[in-house]
Amino acid sequence: MNFGQILAEIFYTLIGIIFILVGVKALKDPGAQKKGTTAAFWFLLAFTFICGNWIPKWIVGVAILAMAALTGIKGVVQSASDVPDPAVVRERADKFGYKIFIPALSLAFSAVVLATLGSKVPALSWITANNSICLAGIIALIVVLCMTKAEPKYAVIDGTRLMDNVGPTGILPQLLSALGSLFTAAGVGTVIANGVAKVVPEGNKLIACAVYCIAMALFTIIMGNGFAAFSVITIGIGVPFLIAQGANPIVVGALGLTAGYCGTLCTPMAANFNIMPAALLEVKNKYAIIKSQVPVALCMLLIHIVLMYFFAF
Amino acid sequence: MDIIKLIGVVIVVIGFALKFDTIATVVIAGIVTGLVAGMTPMEILTTLGTSFVSQRTATLFVLTLPAIGICERFGLKEKAIDFIRSIKNATTGRVILIYQAIRTLAAAFSVRLGGHPQFVRPVVVPMAEGAAAARGVEVTDEVADVIRGASAASENYGNFFAQNCFMGASGTLLIVSTLVEAGYDVTAAQIAGWSIPIAVISVIVGAVRAILLDKKLGERSAE
Repeated sequence: MNFGQILAEIFYTLIGIIFILVGVKALKDPGAQKKGTTAAFWFLLAFTFICGNWIPKWIVGVAILAMAALTGIKGVVQSASDVPDPAVVRERADKFGYKIFIPALSLAFSAVVLATLGSKVPALSWITANNSICLAGIIALIVVLCMTKAEPKYAVIDGTRLMDNVGPTGILPQLLSALGSLFTAAGVGTVIANGVAKVVPEGNKLIACAVYCIAMALFTIIMGNGFAAFSVITIGIGVPFLIAQGANPIVVGALGLTAGYCGTLCTPMAANFNIMPAALLEVKNKYAIIKSQVPVALCMLLIHIVLMYFFAF
Repeated sequence: MDIIKLIGVVIVVIGFALKFDTIATVVIAGIVTGLVAGMTPMEILTTLGTSFVSQRTATLFVLTLPAIGICERFGLKEKAIDFIRSIKNATTGRVILIYQAIRTLAAAFSVRLGGHPQFVRPVVVPMAEGAAAARGVEVTDEVADVIRGASAASENYGNFFAQNCFMGASGTLLIVSTLVEAGYDVTAAQIAGWSIPIAVISVIVGAVRAILLDKKLGERSAE
C-alpha cells in the first residue's frame, strides 16, 4: 500500500465515523421511530467503509444484503437534528454578508488545485483526485470554522444532520456501480450490446452517439433515475459501441449522465423534480413544469449528441 | 436464452416504476441477474462486496457535508436570496434566467440553495409574476402556469446540467466509478472538466428560452 492508498483508507474511516454518528443520533433521539433498524443500517454501512478493505469481500456482500433488507422493510428513517433557528441564521447572514460564500467556494477551488498539484508534481502523487476531494472538504471546514468562530462540534452536528437528510439513497451511486460490475460479470452488457448491434450499422459513429444518448434519456424517462440508467446503458452501449471504438471515455461518461438528465426533465417518474414542485407552486396543470421543460430537454439532447460526436472521437 | 440475463434491468425498471425501496430493488436485481447467469451465491456476494468496497469513492461527497452544513448555519441560503432580491426592473424572463445562472454556479460549486421550496416558491415566482404584472400583463391562471412552470424548470436546469462540474458531486463520482469498474482509468477532475461545456450551453439555451418567454408575455400585454 502506498501513502495515497493509506490516506484514502483514513478518509473512508472518517466517513464511516460520520455514519456511526448518524446511527448514534437515531439511538439517542427520544422521539425517533424505528431506532434499532435505523442505527443498524448506519452501523453496517460504517462497517463496510471502515473494515471493507481488510476482510473477505463476501462478508461485505452479506452486509449489503442486510442493509437492503433494512431499507426494504422501510426500517431506516430520519431522526431529529439540531436544525439552526431561522431567526438566528438571518441575524448571522446580516453579520457575515456575502463572505459566507468564501468557505463554500474554497471547497471547489481547493479540490481542483489539489487535484492538479497531485497530477503534476511527482512528490505529491499521493494527492489522488479522490484524496483531493476529501482534503478540500477538510480545508473548507477549517476555513469556515476560522471565519465564523463556530464551535468545532458543529462540524459533527451539521455533518450528521446533512447526512441524515441525504439518507440511505446517498449510497445509491456506489451501489449502482456495484450492480454494474455484477451485470458485467453476468454478461448483461454483452446481451444489450448484441441487441443494439442488430440496429446500429457498424462503425457509424454519429448513430452510435445518438443511440447512446437517446437510450440514456429513454431509460431515465422509464426509471425516473438518471444514475440507474447511466450504469446500465454505459455498460451495454457506451463501452462496446463508443469507448471500444476509440471514443474518449471521459467525454462519453461526462456527457452520458447529463444526456440522461434530459430524460429526467421529461418524466413524471422524477416526481421530486417535476410533480411535487408543481403542487408546491400551486399550478393548475400538474404537468406545467414538464411542459415547460420538454422543448429545452430535446434541444439539449441534440446538443449532447453533436458534442459527443465531435469531441469524443 | 441469453435474453433472460436482462431480468435485472426489468427488475430495476419495475421496482423504480412502482416506487419500491430503491436500495432493495437494486440489490435484488443484482442477485437475480447473478443467479440466472449461473453464478454461485458466494461468487455473487464476493463480486458485490469487492465492487462496493472499491467504489467507496462514489460516496466521498460525505466529507464535504460538515463544511457545507456550517455555511448554511451562518446564512448561505439567506445571502443567495438577498442577492436575487436585490435585482431591480428585470423582466420575467430575465428574473428566471438570472436565477438559472445563479443555480448553475451554485450547483457547480456544490452550494445547496434549497431548490423549489426554499428559493423558487418564495423568491423567484413572486419576482417573475411581479415583473409580468409591472409590464401590464394580466396574470391569469394560464399565464401563472407558464411563469411558474418556467421558474421551476430553471431550478432543474441549473441543478442537473451543472452539478457534475464539482469533482465531489455524487454524479461525477458515479461516472468515475462506473468507468473505472469497466477498466477505463478516468479521474473526477477530468469528468468535472468535461462537464463544464454542457453547463455553459444550458445557460445559453435558458437565455433563448427567457427571450421567447418575454416575447410571449409582451404579446399578451399588447392585446
